[in-house]
Amino acid sequence: MANPKRRHSKARRNKRRAHDALTQPGWSVCPTCFEPKPPHCVCPHCGSYRGRTVIEVEELD
Amino acid sequence: MRHRVHGRKLGRTTAHRKALFRNQLIALFTHERIVTTVAKAKELRPVAERMVTLAASGSLPARRRVATMVPDKAVAKRLFDEIAPRFAGRSGGYTRIVRVGPRRGDGATLAVIEFVDYVPHTKGESGQESSKTSLMDRARGMFGAKKNGEKAGETAEAAETAATPLEEEAAAPEAEAQAEAAADEQPAGQSEESGEAEKND
Repeated sequence: MANPKRRHSKARRNKRRAHDALTQPGWSVCPTCFEPKPPHCVCPHCGSYRGRTVIEVEELD
Repeated sequence: MRHRVHGRKLGRTTAHRKALFRNQLIALFTHERIVTTVAKAKELRPVAERMVTLAASGSLPARRRVATMVPDKAVAKRLFDEIAPRFAGRSGGYTRIVRVGPRRGDGATLAVIEFVDYVPHTKGESGQESSKTSLMDRARGMFGAKKNGEKAGETAEAAETAATPLEEEAAAPEAEAQAEAAADEQPAGQSEESGEAEKND
């Protein structure tokens, strides 16, 4: 059975992982309530989309 | 290469897919708005619009063709008598798809598909309202969880500073707290909603 001859050093491991970083998901700002929201989505804070169209009513009380 | 490959199979056989569209058409024509995944909504749209266009003619052959995809007679009647006349001046573009956010559980992006003249219910019918709130809870549970995990402090600050207009100033921290509470309540709200969501799928 083929086996590794040498243990990989921390440097090797870390160099491999140098390209593994995750990128932030894109965010936009809701034009109605100025909260951050995912782009092209109904604003999870105020439930509006493209100003006029209020899609979901919020009201959680 | 996937050049010129049209449409999505949605992981279903032809018959299964067609059955899905039948179910969704009935739900859409009954409720005027349904929540489903973006992929399903995009596949459903042309089918739904064809039904409305057919119904606009109101002829017997049209009724029969619609009946093959809308097997519920009461719903088909409603399509011909109530929905199609509203769109008499339009040739297509009867429906709108708006993304709502990722679904808790599998992260699929949900979307609302609705008729373009749909007016969201304001406070009143308690049943309608509760389902809508739980939908919002669902979306917000996802974002709330993400915020709490990754950058709680940052967004809390953003909420404080960004929420300038009207009573938003006071509402923002409160809403933040409620979002967290809503995230905890998630299982209850979701199970309530899941029956309907399942049906829409």
